[in-house]
Amino acid sequence: MTTSKSRHPGLRRPATSRGSWVLRALALGALPFLASCSRAGVIDPQGPIAAAEWLLMINATEIMLVVVVPVILATLGVAWWFRASNKRANHDPHFAYEGSIEFVTWSIPALVVILLGGVTWISSHQLDPRAPIASNTQPLRVDVVSLDWKWLFIYPDQRIATVNQLVIPAGTPVSFRLTSATVMNAFFVPQLGSQIYTMAGMATSLNLLADKPGEYPGLSTNFSGDGFADMRFIATAVPQGDFAGWVAKVQGQGSALDDAGYAQLTKPSSAVPPSTYRAVDPNLFGRIVDQTALDPDKARAGNAWCPPAKEPAGG
Amino acid sequence: MLGRLTWDAIPFNEPIPLVTSIVIILGALGVLAIITLKGWWPYLWREWLTSVDHKRIGVMYVFLGLVMLLRGFADAIMMRSQQALAVGGAQGYLPPEHYDQIFSAHGTIMIFFVAMPLIVGMMNFIVPLQLGARDVAFPVLNSVSFWLTASAALLINLSLFVGNFARTGWMNYPPLSELAFSPDVGVDYYLWSLQISGIGTLMAGVNMVATILKLRAPGMGYFRMPVFCWTSLAASMLIIAAFPILTATFVMQLLDRYVGMHFFTNDAGGSAMMYVNLFWLWGHPEVYILVLPAFGVYSEVIATFSGKPLFGYRSMVLATLAICVLSFMVWLHHFFTMGAGADVNAFFGIMSTIIAVPTGVKIFNWLFTMFQGSVRFNTAVLFSIGFMVTFVIGGLTGVLLAVPPVDFIVHNTVFQVAHFHNVIIGGVLFGMFAAYNYWFPKAFGFTLHDGWGKASFWCWLVGFYLAFMPLYLLGMLGMPRRMQHIPDPNWQPLLLVAELGAIVILCGILCVIVQLFVSIRTRDQRRDLTGDPWDGRTLEWATTSPPPAYNFAVLPEIEGLDAFCAMKRAGRPAAPSAYEAIEVPRNSPTGFMMAFFASVIGFAAIWHIWWLVILGLLAVAVIAAVFGWSEDREHEIHAEELARMESARAGAERIA
Repeated sequence: MTTSKSRHPGLRRPATSRGSWVLRALALGALPFLASCSRAGVIDPQGPIAAAEWLLMINATEIMLVVVVPVILATLGVAWWFRASNKRANHDPHFAYEGSIEFVTWSIPALVVILLGGVTWISSHQLDPRAPIASNTQPLRVDVVSLDWKWLFIYPDQRIATVNQLVIPAGTPVSFRLTSATVMNAFFVPQLGSQIYTMAGMATSLNLLADKPGEYPGLSTNFSGDGFADMRFIATAVPQGDFAGWVAKVQGQGSALDDAGYAQLTKPSSAVPPSTYRAVDPNLFGRIVDQTALDPDKARAGNAWCPPAKEPAGG
Repeated sequence: MLGRLTWDAIPFNEPIPLVTSIVIILGALGVLAIITLKGWWPYLWREWLTSVDHKRIGVMYVFLGLVMLLRGFADAIMMRSQQALAVGGAQGYLPPEHYDQIFSAHGTIMIFFVAMPLIVGMMNFIVPLQLGARDVAFPVLNSVSFWLTASAALLINLSLFVGNFARTGWMNYPPLSELAFSPDVGVDYYLWSLQISGIGTLMAGVNMVATILKLRAPGMGYFRMPVFCWTSLAASMLIIAAFPILTATFVMQLLDRYVGMHFFTNDAGGSAMMYVNLFWLWGHPEVYILVLPAFGVYSEVIATFSGKPLFGYRSMVLATLAICVLSFMVWLHHFFTMGAGADVNAFFGIMSTIIAVPTGVKIFNWLFTMFQGSVRFNTAVLFSIGFMVTFVIGGLTGVLLAVPPVDFIVHNTVFQVAHFHNVIIGGVLFGMFAAYNYWFPKAFGFTLHDGWGKASFWCWLVGFYLAFMPLYLLGMLGMPRRMQHIPDPNWQPLLLVAELGAIVILCGILCVIVQLFVSIRTRDQRRDLTGDPWDGRTLEWATTSPPPAYNFAVLPEIEGLDAFCAMKRAGRPAAPSAYEAIEVPRNSPTGFMMAFFASVIGFAAIWHIWWLVILGLLAVAVIAAVFGWSEDREHEIHAEELARMESARAGAERIA
């Protein structure tokens, strides 16, 4: 099967060594400290989106360093050479305007910005979080809900749900819809790429893919209150063949997430251990977006104050 | 009777705020006792509290900013220590409900009560002198502006002792800041103190624009104004355009919180996204309100100490105005991750990178100002060069954040924290320290100790790099901002380096204090009797240090840029044989009293003490009416008196 439409035509993992030396060199400048660090975060991308974004960051940095490094050196050099006590320097107290220099000083940043502007336009479209990822595999749908202070993941097609634990098949695109049942949060798995806000009453979307099996830390980046620091989860990418087995295992154990269970879940709690639900209403996400999940009567009666789910600005 | 205010509001069971409160209250009482015992009240009241002299008000603004810097830094070093300690399973010494207040207070105080007072204070002190004016356009309004800012600072610090501060971050994003999630007084402290200071800032902006447009010395066309006046004009216009947005946004949130409206709530059709948009529609211009005057400072300092006119003056003005306009077209880059479409994100991304062009031009122009100059390395110049190097790095990471897909992977991480500290410390704060060292002799008549100044520079510079370069790396490793404890023990080494940086910055702050102390002790050796200790180029150096209340006995005639430079070349004009009488504004307690009642209103509104709110509003109305109907607002310095004062000043100069 192929996905119908792709906006990631040129998206490939970069060869790992290419291009990344500058930021790596900067990052590894603090070698004694980083030596102890496990590889993680955006400097260790594990999917095409993360890889493309990291490559973009390196390239944009390199483009700017071409100007920034000479400017820093020139600043220090000029200041030192033209120190008042340097008799060898050519002091000219009237040198205050030179058209050709002005032309160059406007041109250099303008050229850099034209180049970066092109990069910005193209990359913003290629890496639009809403754009589906080209793949031969049907994407997995996952609905994400931020709660106080934990993450609820609903698999509408598998009719299961998990808390603080995201399991996805490696090599398969994952299509997320996201909302919040509480304040604003942001869903972010640094090694897989793009973060996106979760906001009550509206849904955002995000497409990610993990190249290979592994455990990738995920978190909220948007401060959401006292339990924020523990609003973390592990995104586990399992081999493609193992995913169905995992689903079957979840379906066969524990309780179902009914309305009462969901109401319980919305109560604030932090550092919540991962758990799973064998069954869930596949429309729960929609009801959370509509803000009717906790109040079925409201859904039936309709509510003049409550417009249907909004798409974020610019949508 | 006292609304929500009960004994529970006092943090008896929280040792850290309690002890801090007691120490601060005892300290304040001690200062008041000394003032009373020494009999300084009449002097303070006459010369400072009721002064409408723009120079006195400017000095008070700067003093407020420096004092608040200590408070904001205390928050900072507590945060850095907490994050360095609370790693792995550890919880550190600050529980979330306390830590969350500290980072919220840190940001709020540093922006609104450190950076803003420093900027507005410098503009207040310098701009009229550079324009060859005798005061700002509305001297009493100026005093009202300052005291409103000071009373707001008092209010925000009151949250330490009575109640608590917001736990929502300095942006105060809803829905977290709405009643449903923050029912206590913290957010109300935030809103009321920023409303009060916002009104003060808006009036200061109006005052500054009116001053620059209407009070320039004879002959000073717009393109003969010093660059600092241009950047102050740009920043003040931004204040006028941007601050009402913030005020209106906070009014909406106050309506949500006080009368149950739903502008930004989760339910009943409220939209938090609207708040986020409005906040940054103010917030991005705010960045330039802070940094443009600092750019002006660097322009003055680098030109003076290179012994050359500023290179590319017209380019500099054009770049300033371009930044001014562009700053209103980039607000969405603060939330690319909200899920707007690719077209919207790309547009705002490109607009944001475009700001790098005029900024880059400025860097090149400073570079060419030093080129072929005779650069004298004193503290102000070191801060300026330190700025140029640091700011281009901050600009680089800023442009990275302006590329939406890059922002997607570092937004809201400590990479972003590192970026804005990079531009605000390296841009704004370094500028303010350069200005402080450069113009101090003008304000007080003696120079600051250069050795301690240089020591403070090196501590700030090294401390900044140690404190924030690790945060760039940690951001790339995936560490979000505002974490009360850190899950990954691998991040600890870098957090310890950042902590060390904060300690080095502390040394920088101590150096600033020692510098002031030592300079006052040795002031007799470092008197500036010429009024022109640096071989300055602009008009503020044409008058004595400190200048008389009326600044200039005879308004200077301006014939070009760098007016004072031209005067010195032409030889100073002889003292005129006859003077004309000058009208100077009388002192007025209006500002001080209005601000006092503004604090009362704010405090009463926070605690729902409605009768006191009404009383406060009545008091403000009465004060305004009394001032409005009074006709005796100015007094005249007669020509003979002026001649006597001027010859006394000239005598002092001859002795030098």
